Amino acid sequence: MIPANFEYHRAGSVDEALSLLATHDGNAKVLSGGHSLIPALKLRLNQPAALVDIARIAALRYIRQDGNHIAIGAASTHKDIATSALLAQHLSMMPQAAGMIGDPQVRNVGTIGGSIAHADPAADWPGVLLAADAEIVLQSASGKRSLAAQDFFLGFFTTALAEGELVTEIRIPIPAAGTKSTYQKFSQPASRFAIVGCAAVVQVSNGTCSHVRVAFNGVSDSCFRDGNVEKALEGKAATAENIAAAAAQAAQGVSILSDHYAAEDYRTHLAQVFAKRALSAVAG
Amino acid sequence: MTYIGQSVKRVEDKRFTTGKGKYTDDIKLVGMTHAHIVRSPYAHAKILSIDIDTALAHPGVVAIFTGKDIAAAGINGVPAGWQVNFKDGTTMKEPPHPLLVADRVKHVGDGIAVVIAEDDATARDAADLIEIEYEVLPAVTNPAEAIKPGAPQVHDSAPNNMCFDWELGNPKAEVDAAIAASHHVTRLDFINQRMAPNAIEPRSAIGHYDDSKDKYTLYTTSQNPHLTRLLMCAFVLGIPEHKVQVVAPDVGGGFGSKIFHYIEEALVIWASKQIGRPIKWTSDRSEAFLTDAHGRDHVTTAEMGFDKDGKITALRVNTVANLGAYISTFAPAVPTYLHGTLLQGLYTTPKIHVDVIAAFTHTNAVDAYRGAGRPEATYLLERLVDTAALEMGMDPAELRFKNFIPAFDGVTQPGYQTQVALQYDSGNYEPVLERGLEMVGYEQFRKDQAEARKNGKLLGIGFSTYIEACGIAPSAVVGALGARAGLYESAQVRVQPTGKVSVFTGSHSHGQGHETTFAQVVADRLGIAMEDIDIVHGDSDSVAFGMGTYGSRSLAVGGSAIVKSIDKVLEKGAKIAAHKLEAAEEDLEYAGGKWTVKGTDKSIGFGDIALTAYVPHDYPAGLEPGLDFSSFYDPTNFTYPFGCHIAIVEVDQDTGKVTLKRFIAVDDVGNVINPMIVDGQIHGGLAQGIGQALLEGVIYDENGQLVNGSYMDYAMPRADDLPSFEIDRKVTPCPHNPLGVKGAGEAGCIGSTPAVVNAVMDALAPFGVIKNLEMPLTPQRVWRAMHQ
Ligand SMILES: Cc1cc2nc3c(=O)[nH]c(=O)nc-3n(C[C@H](O)[C@H](O)[C@H](O)COP(=O)(O)OP(=O)(O)OC[C@H]3O[C@@H](n4cnc5c(N)ncnc54)[C@H](O)[C@@H]3O)c2cc1C
Repeated sequence: MIPANFEYHRAGSVDEALSLLATHDGNAKVLSGGHSLIPALKLRLNQPAALVDIARIAALRYIRQDGNHIAIGAASTHKDIATSALLAQHLSMMPQAAGMIGDPQVRNVGTIGGSIAHADPAADWPGVLLAADAEIVLQSASGKRSLAAQDFFLGFFTTALAEGELVTEIRIPIPAAGTKSTYQKFSQPASRFAIVGCAAVVQVSNGTCSHVRVAFNGVSDSCFRDGNVEKALEGKAATAENIAAAAAQAAQGVSILSDHYAAEDYRTHLAQVFAKRALSAVAG
Repeated sequence: MTYIGQSVKRVEDKRFTTGKGKYTDDIKLVGMTHAHIVRSPYAHAKILSIDIDTALAHPGVVAIFTGKDIAAAGINGVPAGWQVNFKDGTTMKEPPHPLLVADRVKHVGDGIAVVIAEDDATARDAADLIEIEYEVLPAVTNPAEAIKPGAPQVHDSAPNNMCFDWELGNPKAEVDAAIAASHHVTRLDFINQRMAPNAIEPRSAIGHYDDSKDKYTLYTTSQNPHLTRLLMCAFVLGIPEHKVQVVAPDVGGGFGSKIFHYIEEALVIWASKQIGRPIKWTSDRSEAFLTDAHGRDHVTTAEMGFDKDGKITALRVNTVANLGAYISTFAPAVPTYLHGTLLQGLYTTPKIHVDVIAAFTHTNAVDAYRGAGRPEATYLLERLVDTAALEMGMDPAELRFKNFIPAFDGVTQPGYQTQVALQYDSGNYEPVLERGLEMVGYEQFRKDQAEARKNGKLLGIGFSTYIEACGIAPSAVVGALGARAGLYESAQVRVQPTGKVSVFTGSHSHGQGHETTFAQVVADRLGIAMEDIDIVHGDSDSVAFGMGTYGSRSLAVGGSAIVKSIDKVLEKGAKIAAHKLEAAEEDLEYAGGKWTVKGTDKSIGFGDIALTAYVPHDYPAGLEPGLDFSSFYDPTNFTYPFGCHIAIVEVDQDTGKVTLKRFIAVDDVGNVINPMIVDGQIHGGLAQGIGQALLEGVIYDENGQLVNGSYMDYAMPRADDLPSFEIDRKVTPCPHNPLGVKGAGEAGCIGSTPAVVNAVMDALAPFGVIKNLEMPLTPQRVWRAMHQ
């Protein structure tokens, strides 16, 4: 388990990181928590010429309220999020999901920016960020842009990140009062990644569901928002029957992952079970 | 002062918990180089060409050897340590297992070349520069498929991939007739899946040839350094044993996988002589998954007959055991003499027959893994009994009570002669089940279960009342059964002039706590403080000889050897004491660390006698100086621990996920020296046994690729997968060793697996009797069973 040779640079600031990336012209990789990248290097699946370590850039590690958004620095660890009172208050699925990632060691070191840049279909953040209507802020030597999560996650380990670009911030609109959120996960027992992870956000007022967001991890080759389930519940009474009917729509019309631990039919079934559990938790 | 029976804290833990343990990979020798082994990425392929030129020119590379070099040097493959003959008497097929393969690779991970460089990273880099052309050939991984006509052949010398076939028990025709005449027959077809042993410390070996002394030193992660030395010197390299020192320093777990002599050990020794420098090889976790000998992998059909009262009438077993591509050191013994001989279980079954075929496949070798054969036997027996209870509508506990062998102490009553060659030493089986039922609150549980079912909750209880044979083993017996080694143990007790004691044992501790348990025994026997005793193990230059640690043999066999030497020390000490006290030896008694003239206050301490033995000025005439004795102890029988394990599970009907709610274990391992250490062994064993039931299992795809060779895919049991264990024990002393101990290293792993699986089946009983559910019981499998 020895990686191929690489140069190591520890960036002191975002600007320095960006200029290091630019200098290496596509041959450098960003190193954040290293919990996805280092295993890939050790297995020699990835052999970059250089690593640019951003994990210690203090300016990338924060969770704060910014107007009607919560802004999360890309180098915030899962542990930072798991213990954030601000997030617990407004969007409890965030700390909840963070607390389900891997084990304490992983949570202490792995970062949200690294996770979403990696875009593992079984990772927990992508679906959660879809359900949260998050925006992803990207920065490169030539400037800053912001993408809706929906437009950031493009597929199997694929994002809209361009070469030399850094995820710097995740921005989440603070939901209206009375909105509840949850993340329900069925873990692979070895990796503890998601076989199925379901994030749900619903506002129930006067017994009626609105702002229904349901997104999945682990089910398909990329995270996705499940429009069928959302539509089936939007504007409906928050009853067990309506929730069950909506959940039964889950994971239709998408390609379903299949492996020795969970074949397609079983995974589809689990998606429905977890949609029901998630919706019951927020609208039941 | 008595130490025996006390939970003395483990003396070795100071170094282990403070990071000061010294493992093989911690050792750095002057001038040491590092080896990386290039391994086959294919399960079965012809090597067409190997180009090492670029790699050899890579800066920092010292040497590269391939299979051709090994063949040219005339080096033999690693041998099998156990020979099992075909039913017709012909010897098993024993194709060579070369240190490096020159022509045709036979499993993913087969060694092809070794790159030796100044550091490990350079060796690894250079390995990528070796170019190998292969012609990929079809592979077979399932043993039952391997023996069918037309299957891809692993070795030309083993037609139909058969290593041997074998049988044991009553004549087959009698068993067939008894099954046919049975009122009810329960039949199970299943796979006892392949397990990766996963010791926390990966294997490592350092070879050092010192030409100034013409001496070889091997540091290795071994459970039995002496056997490794013997096999390597006499059978593989043909080098003189007295010039070879094998050291197994601190070793971080083995679970069987470090018993065996591996190619890497011989390779670093041989190559060190070629390059004139020490060489270290350390496995990484991926290599460990590919090349540490796996365990289990049986494809089995088992049938148990019952009369109308539920008495077992007969047992018929057919197993095809997967050996992998090569015969690992003890592999032939595992599905035969460690499996077939256990099929009596705790029951009076009058007719038993077992047929075993050992098959080669294009997979990593399979050998002893914690329990070795006995878990396979226990699994099939205990699954049959619980399944039969479900099928016949009987209570599984009641069914067991009906069939238990009556109690016998092995002293006033003879041992119990089984239908499958063994004679149990002592046993008292009802109390362990009675205690288990009491602890679990059986009647209440059945009420709770019925209530839960009404509410759509699936609760289940599963039993396993197991027996195992450990404390291996009488040499003559195992010799007659094909072992190519004896299974005695040696011990030297060296009393130093100051009365401090060094004990040299051929047992090897790699987690078991010998340094504590053995010291407790010695301290009590000599009546001295534990702090005055040092337990030395793992070095062939200081320990006379040893057969190592496996088969829960250390205390029963190794400990007994120590007792023999202590007896000799005390016998000689008494002579010296008699001289000093001017009394007759018969008038002395030894207690509390001193010899006393009976009925007087005249006494002399152990320390004084030790000093006298080494400063023999005033000394018995004709007696040799010194106080230092060696012994070899060869047991007269195996030991037979037994127990009752009970699992309670809940199955999530939506997902199929099994939650283990409670686990009760009542084990009888004979006398107990250190209860805390025994509890620890039981706990660890339970975790592994439960791991097999619910989580673990090596998967090869049809091309022979290992699908789950990492911790991202191979699910080890973790603390949060397990409930807090509820354990208790009974004590039926072993009648044939001086300590009355039986062995506790494997019991947890042997008994627990079927208890968990039985509990899941009981939970699923509302769906009918389910018989075809394979381990590990993943949520998907359980869900399918409910929705078929
Ligand atoms: C044992 C274990 C269990 C795990 N279990 C889970 C789990 O249950 N759920 C889960 O979701 N994850 C899990 N993970 C993954 C973990 O969450 C990682 O932390 C995460 O996937 C990657 O984050 P990182 O900070 O470690 O990124 P790194 O490994 O450093 O980087 C990952 C990738 O992202 C790139 N990158 C990193 N940061 C940035 C950035 N700011 N901008 C652009 N590119 C960037 C890197 O170049 C690399 O390609 C587990 C990991 C391990 C080792």
